[in-house]
Amino acid sequence: MQADPAIPLLDVRDLCVSFPARGRMVPIVEHVSFSVPEAGILGLVGESGSGKSVTAMAIMGLIDTPGAQVSGSVRFRGRELVGLPPRQMRRLRGRDIAMIFQDPMTAFTPVYTIGWQIDEQIRAHERLSRTQARARTVRILGDMGVPDPERVAGRYPHQLSGGLRQRAMIAMALSCNPTLLIADEPTTALDVTVQAQILDLIRSLRGTYGSSVLLITHDMGVVAQTCDATLVLYSGRVAETGPSGRVFGHPGHPYTAALLDSIPPLYGPRPDRLPAIAGAPPQPVERPPGCAFGPRCAHVHAACTTAPPALAPLGPGHAAACVLPAEGTPLPPRTPAWGNTCP
Amino acid sequence: MTALLRRAGQTLLVLLGVSVLVFGVFFATPGADPTARIAGRNASPQTMEKVRHEYGFDRPLPVQYAIMMKKLFITRDLASYANRGERVVPEIMQAAPVTACLVCGAAFIWVTVSIAMGTVAAAMKDTWVDRGLMMLGLVGISIPVFWLGEVANLVTQNRYHDTWLFSWVPGLGYVPFSQSPLGWLRALVIPWTVLAVMFIGIYSRVLRTDLVTLAGEDFMRTARAKGLSPARVLLWHGLRTSMVTFVSLFGMDFAQLVGGGALLTEVVFGLPGVGRLTYRALTTLDLPVIMATVMYSAVFVVLANAAVDVVYLFLDPRVRDAG
Repeated sequence: MQADPAIPLLDVRDLCVSFPARGRMVPIVEHVSFSVPEAGILGLVGESGSGKSVTAMAIMGLIDTPGAQVSGSVRFRGRELVGLPPRQMRRLRGRDIAMIFQDPMTAFTPVYTIGWQIDEQIRAHERLSRTQARARTVRILGDMGVPDPERVAGRYPHQLSGGLRQRAMIAMALSCNPTLLIADEPTTALDVTVQAQILDLIRSLRGTYGSSVLLITHDMGVVAQTCDATLVLYSGRVAETGPSGRVFGHPGHPYTAALLDSIPPLYGPRPDRLPAIAGAPPQPVERPPGCAFGPRCAHVHAACTTAPPALAPLGPGHAAACVLPAEGTPLPPRTPAWGNTCP
Repeated sequence: MTALLRRAGQTLLVLLGVSVLVFGVFFATPGADPTARIAGRNASPQTMEKVRHEYGFDRPLPVQYAIMMKKLFITRDLASYANRGERVVPEIMQAAPVTACLVCGAAFIWVTVSIAMGTVAAAMKDTWVDRGLMMLGLVGISIPVFWLGEVANLVTQNRYHDTWLFSWVPGLGYVPFSQSPLGWLRALVIPWTVLAVMFIGIYSRVLRTDLVTLAGEDFMRTARAKGLSPARVLLWHGLRTSMVTFVSLFGMDFAQLVGGGALLTEVVFGLPGVGRLTYRALTTLDLPVIMATVMYSAVFVVLANAAVDVVYLFLDPRVRDAG
């Protein structure tokens, strides 16, 4: 299929996901829209419970809780995924869209070797013999920087370190050469040094495999290092979206600004205390009628409490769900502590 | 390999411990004269004297233990006095194959049926199929095996024996396989089923619960994200992983049944196995036989346990490394 530059690889419009709880439907993700261009890396940022993972699961068609509702539209290369018959979805899963999970410790089936599990995915999608599949497995493991890939392919998950397992996980995700890779907090469970290596690896995929990446994380630092564009989720809604440089330099939403403030600066004087955001995000059942961030926001006023603010454009591709810019009192630009400009 | 050797060593130690314990319970209990118990009720003083000397009850305990083990395992001439000098060990050796046939057949039935039931129920979780199967399992667990056996006998041997449905059922008792394979099958098929019913209930319920719990595991999600079919995810990833639990459960039950735990089934169906031997010995208070069967069953439980551990090594790579 030839890529059409006008159609983004992945286009999510108005995605809503709700789960039944205590007799009623609780919305977890509300009207989330974004798109991932060919060979682009989009960072999906938010606290735990903001709906990041649910969004990813909805794209993958992996939500199978009885009674859960997924509405809106997810277009992959122009093809609608919401409501796609399971059999066709399955053909796409693992081959065109692949996923890396948070905890590499538990993401492999413990009773099979790493190589067996990667072979399995290859053979599920392509007509290859066992030896051909294994040859490709070993090659990809090697590409992922796994030392002695042949031996590692014959090992069981528990015999590998976390970093190696995550590399194997990425190798498995890439084994069928997917066009879109969804990485759900791929570095959260790893040591900091290993984290940096894995992020490097993910960044390099675009060059070597031409893959687009949807990177889900709660770490603004990771986004700053890795992503072209950033989408900030708060309590199941989009708070801010835009090119990473813009979002980090001119945050339009107080939540984004607060997140950026809570990163320790690499340069300049160290602050005594890191500013933290007071309070906790609202439970999905008790989201306020107005802006969900209102109760924790320093700039909250009457206009915020009636209805959730719409996304207001702030610049090319940059928008924030906040009333401040429209009222003529936008947040001041920041000197990025972690921006793409820094080494 | 070292794990296997170490396991074998442990098994030997456990066997030694078990034999000492069994010996202690039967012969070193204070306040009871083992001579009188072996010689049986109303034994003459001459018999008493003979027994005392033969078993070394006038010598220290370690010697007594050694003599007893020699009689059990080496010379195999432990004799039952209540039963006029019948040799105990050959009797058990004769009964063991009957029990083994009964238990193996039943085990085959219960493993196949419970895996099928548990997997189907887990795959169709929360539907009426699931609820129906699990209800059936509960009924199976609740029915006592002797009652079910008696009912089966009543139906197949009496009222309906002459109808086309059950005319093939032979009378109670056992037919050795070497004598007539078909007769062997016909004699055992009903005992197999009756013995398997309760285990089918337990195993299918345990397996279903295990599979349902596993469905929430990360690796099951990974398997689905790989684009595998639901059947493959359930069977190759779910079922294969839950076999680890299944096998440990199976090992214990199988061992205790082979060791004489199928007593009630054997009695009800008149099968001359180890269980029935124990039952007869208990009713006549035939001490040597009781001790020998207890010993035999303990040995079997320990051996089966060791076998399960070996199977474990193959099933679970994590155990392989930890050993």
